[in-house]
Amino acid sequence: MTQNKNTYKQFPDEKGYFGQFGGRYVSETLMPLILEVEEEYNKLKNDKDFINDFKYFLKNYVGRPSPLFFAERITNDLKGPKIYFKRDELNHTGAHKINNCVGQILLAKKMGKQRIIAETGAGQHGVATATVCALFGLKCVIYMGEKDIERQSPNVFRMKLLGAEIHSVSSGSKSLKDAMNEALRDWVTNVRDTFYIIGTTAGPHPYPSMVRDFQSIIGKEVRTQILEYENKLPDLLVACIGGGSNALGLFYDFLDDNEVKMLAVEAAGLGLKSGKHAASLSGGQPGVLHGNKTYLLQSDSGQIEEAHSISAGLDYPGIGPEHSFLFDEKRVQYVSATDEEALKAFQYCCHKEGIIPALEPAHALAALIKIAPKMNSDEIVVMNMCGRGDKDIFTVAKELNIKL
Amino acid sequence: MSERIKKVFSDKKKKLITFVTGGDPDKKTSQKILEKIVECGSDVVEIGMPFSDPMADGPTIQLSSNRAINNGTNLETIFNICKNIRKINNAIPIVLMGYYNVIFHFGVKRFVCECSKIGIDGLIIVDLQPEEDPELFDEIQFHDIDLIRLITPTTDPKRLKKIIQHASGFLYYVTITGITGQKSADMKELKHSVKEIRRQSNLPIVAGFGIKDKNQVSEICAITDGAVVGSSIVKIIENNLNQSDVILKLIGDFVKELKKGTNQ
Repeated sequence: MTQNKNTYKQFPDEKGYFGQFGGRYVSETLMPLILEVEEEYNKLKNDKDFINDFKYFLKNYVGRPSPLFFAERITNDLKGPKIYFKRDELNHTGAHKINNCVGQILLAKKMGKQRIIAETGAGQHGVATATVCALFGLKCVIYMGEKDIERQSPNVFRMKLLGAEIHSVSSGSKSLKDAMNEALRDWVTNVRDTFYIIGTTAGPHPYPSMVRDFQSIIGKEVRTQILEYENKLPDLLVACIGGGSNALGLFYDFLDDNEVKMLAVEAAGLGLKSGKHAASLSGGQPGVLHGNKTYLLQSDSGQIEEAHSISAGLDYPGIGPEHSFLFDEKRVQYVSATDEEALKAFQYCCHKEGIIPALEPAHALAALIKIAPKMNSDEIVVMNMCGRGDKDIFTVAKELNIKL
Repeated sequence: MSERIKKVFSDKKKKLITFVTGGDPDKKTSQKILEKIVECGSDVVEIGMPFSDPMADGPTIQLSSNRAINNGTNLETIFNICKNIRKINNAIPIVLMGYYNVIFHFGVKRFVCECSKIGIDGLIIVDLQPEEDPELFDEIQFHDIDLIRLITPTTDPKRLKKIIQHASGFLYYVTITGITGQKSADMKELKHSVKEIRRQSNLPIVAGFGIKDKNQVSEICAITDGAVVGSSIVKIIENNLNQSDVILKLIGDFVKELKKGTNQ
C-alpha cells in the first residue's frame, strides 16, 4: 500500500489547529499554564518511563486490552454485517474515560500539581478522575451540573466514596457546559497548584490532541484484535459523540486507512427539528467556546444555546475541534439518534446480548440498527461500547414509567 | 490608535474606568446608566457585550449578562447605546469588553467597521490572547481602535514582551488570579508587576478585578495610572431591579465617590 501523503494524522499544527478548528482561546491568566502543559506533554509523550507507566496502569489497573466481542445475536437479527462490540464498558469504573484520566494524572504528577479539578456530565469522567486521584493521593474537586447530579445519582455517590468533593453547578443549563465554565473559573483562581483533567477531546490546545492520544489505545487494540479474528480491517467503525473522545479513540488509528468508513452519532434529543438536541455538527455553526474554535449550537447573536439529550454525557452544545475538521473534510460521516431511538436500542441490547449499555453508546447502536440491514453480510462493523448502563437505570426506569 | 484614549491619558492625573454590562437591567435603563456614569466623571467607559458563558466573570457579572441576553440585548443594542453616548460626549473613550464568540459570530470585519464608524476606541477580549488575535488585529490596525491587552499575575517577563509587542492605548493589569468581583488585589504583587511592565512599556497601566470602593481605587492609583471598577457598580443594578430611579441615583453617587479616590 502506498503511503498517503496527506495524512489526517498530521494535525493539530504547532498552534493547535485542525484545519480552521482548535486553538487556545483562554484568559491570559491561564495562558502560561496551558503553554506549560503543552511543553510538558510534548516531552512526556516520547518519554520511555511515562509510556511504560501508562501501559502498566492501563493493563493492571484499568484491565486493558478490553475484549472485542462478536455480537452474534444482534448480527443475526439485523441480517447485515458482522457486528463486533469493543467492550470499553468493561474497563475499571465502567467506561473509556479512565484511559485518559490515567494519562493526565501522570502528567499532573510530573508537573508537581497537588490539586485536580474536572467537569463531568454523566459522571463517568468524574468517577474516573476521582478514581485516579484516590490512586495517586491527590485532592479532587468535581464540577457537575445540578440537573446531572439528579439524573446520575449513583455516580455522584461513587465520586463521594472515592473522596472527591462535588460542586453542584446551578448556572445556565445546569449541565455539562456550565460545569465546564465553573471548572475553568476554579482553574483561573487556583492556577498555581491545580491541574484540570478535561474529559473529552475539547478545550484549549493541547487537550484535544492529548485526550485523543490517550484514548487512541482503543483503536490500536481493535486493529490487532480484528486482524486476528477476521484477518482484515473493519469496513465500518461506529461510535457516539458528545465531545467526541470515545469516537476519536476508536477512529484515530484508522484515519489513514481509506477503506475503513466511520460513522459518528450525535444526540438528536427530541429530534433535530425540535430545537431540543445536542447535535452540534448537524445543527450548529463554527464559534469559540471553552478554549477552542469548533462547531457550536448558538443563537443569531452568538449566544451559546442549551443542548438537550436524555444522555447526560452527550448533553453538550459543542464538539471537539478534530471532529469539526473531520466533518468538513467528510472523512467521518456524522448522523444522529433521538432520545427515543436510543432508549429502544438500550433495551434491544439488554435483551439480545445481555449487555446493559450506557445511554451514550445506545445512540451509536440506534444508528447502527438503522444502517445495518443495508450492508452486506461479508462486511465487518466495530462499534465502541464505551460505557455501561448501571448509572442510567433510574433515567430509563423513569422514561419507561417504571417505579423502582 | 485611538486619539481619545491617548488624550485622556496625556496628563498625570489618575483615571477612573467604570464597567457595566450593556443592556442591563433593560435597554432603556442601561442607556441612562451609561449617560449618568459619563456625567459623574468616569474617565473611560467600559461596556460589557453580554455572553452566555462568561468564563472569567464572577456571579455578579454572570447574572447581569443573563439579564441583558434575556431582554434581547445583542451587538446592535450595544452599538445603539454607544451612538447615543457619542451624541452627548465626543471626548470620552468607549471600550467594549467581552468574549470572542459574539464578535466572531457577528463577523470580525463587520464588527470592527461598525465600531470605527460609531467612535468606539478600544476592545478588551477576555479569551483572545496574542496567539489567537491576528484575525481581529489585522482588521483593527486600519482603524483608530486599540486592542487593549490584559496582563495577569501569571504573565512572566518573556510573555509580557510578546503581549506588549502590538499593544496600544493602555495596558490592563488583572490584579488577581481569579474571576471578577471576588478577591481583592495583592498589593505587593501589583507593585512588583507594574514595575516590570513599566520597564518594558511606556503605555499607561490600569488595574482591575476585585476593586470595590473609593479607598481601594486610591490604593491602586498610588501604583498605577488608573483603576477599573465593575462588579460593585453592577451589584447596585442587581440590588435595585425595577427601580431605575434608585439605580441611577446610587450609581451616580457611587461613581462620584470612586472618582474622588483617584485624586487622593
